[in-house]
Amino acid sequence: MDTVHARFKEKIGEVLLPGDVFSFRLPEDGDGDGNNIKTEKIICGPGFRRNGEEVQVCKSGILRHKQPNLYWIDSQQRRYVPAKGESVIGIVTAKSGDIFKVDVGGSDQASLSYLAFEGATKRNRPNVQVGDLVYSQFTIANKDMEPELVCIDSCGRANGMGVFGADGLLFKVSLGLVRRLLAPQSEIVKDLEKIFPFELVVGMNGRVWVKAKTVQQTLIVANLLETCENMTSQQRQTLFRRVAEGSL
Amino acid sequence: MANDGAAKLSKNLLRMKFMQRGLDAEVKKQLDEEERRIISDDHWFLDLPELKAKENHIVEERSYVPCEDLVYGRMSFKGFNPDVEKLMLLMNAHKEEEDEEEDETVSRMETDITDEEMARRYESLVGSMRKKFAKKRDRSAITRTEEDVNCNVADHQQPKRAFMKPQD
Repeated sequence: MDTVHARFKEKIGEVLLPGDVFSFRLPEDGDGDGNNIKTEKIICGPGFRRNGEEVQVCKSGILRHKQPNLYWIDSQQRRYVPAKGESVIGIVTAKSGDIFKVDVGGSDQASLSYLAFEGATKRNRPNVQVGDLVYSQFTIANKDMEPELVCIDSCGRANGMGVFGADGLLFKVSLGLVRRLLAPQSEIVKDLEKIFPFELVVGMNGRVWVKAKTVQQTLIVANLLETCENMTSQQRQTLFRRVAEGSL
Repeated sequence: MANDGAAKLSKNLLRMKFMQRGLDAEVKKQLDEEERRIISDDHWFLDLPELKAKENHIVEERSYVPCEDLVYGRMSFKGFNPDVEKLMLLMNAHKEEEDEEEDETVSRMETDITDEEMARRYESLVGSMRKKFAKKRDRSAITRTEEDVNCNVADHQQPKRAFMKPQD
């Protein structure tokens, strides 16, 4: 009877390719039993596209599941596609009247209103220059529209968003590594924080900003993060231990 | 003659309010019906098949954040940026509840301000506080002595203020 979930569940952990289809069309038995299947909801995360009564796969990767009814595809990619609610690191590229244009690494530049900063009013403009880094959140991210960013939450507080990064180093990593960094109890972060004090800003768009006490330490952290891309946890731990001992 | 005259009156005239007082119930009903028909004929309606409300049982979610429970993107370690560490606690508070055993491994905060710095800062603070509570008359004396301390200028003590009798 639990057919919709069963179709997904039998594929959990398997590799899916773009073009694979999960169809939820009613079986052609004609009696009213079909309505029981209809009532259960399903949430399709990234990697799925809804097309009428069926769900199509549009990214290649591994099918993942989260209770109660969330399914998504865990894929590796470097190109960022804006999604509502995600926090990203943007670079201000232009100031035009009421809005800033911000490069977020997507197909189009995002717009950021000058009023979308903490404590900003029409009189009191935020001090944002072209070239500044902003940590901000998408409020509008639709397929064919210009995405829109804000640097405040729904209560009007900044919560760490806004212009940052006086010094430090910005670089790009893959989106998969970013998700590994941001995962709760991330092993990479746990290993990294043992080395020395530093600060890290991770944007969902693959940009990472690092700052440590000296330029040398900043570069060490940045290089370590970049090498984490293709390493097993054992390799990583031995490398990190060598760095902590100061032999590198 | 009178009856014939009444029958000849036009319907529009009979529909008027002041004419309805004299009408009998049957004629009144007929007129009402006719009026209702005209009104309903004038109303628009869409010539469409009835819409079937379908419940959407597939919801799309475009972001990875709710899927993988991703944490707040700003991090600071070993007290590098205390503000961010406070924010991290705040933003990740709802996730921390599940795994509280982590608290033991929290690394010791590195001291940003050394004792010497603290002492130096406190020294100047004492001076400024003294200045604040001093009377206006004494204030110049305080600044003067401070200058002496800093610049090592030879001290020339101000004579004590006293009442001077005006000369005749």
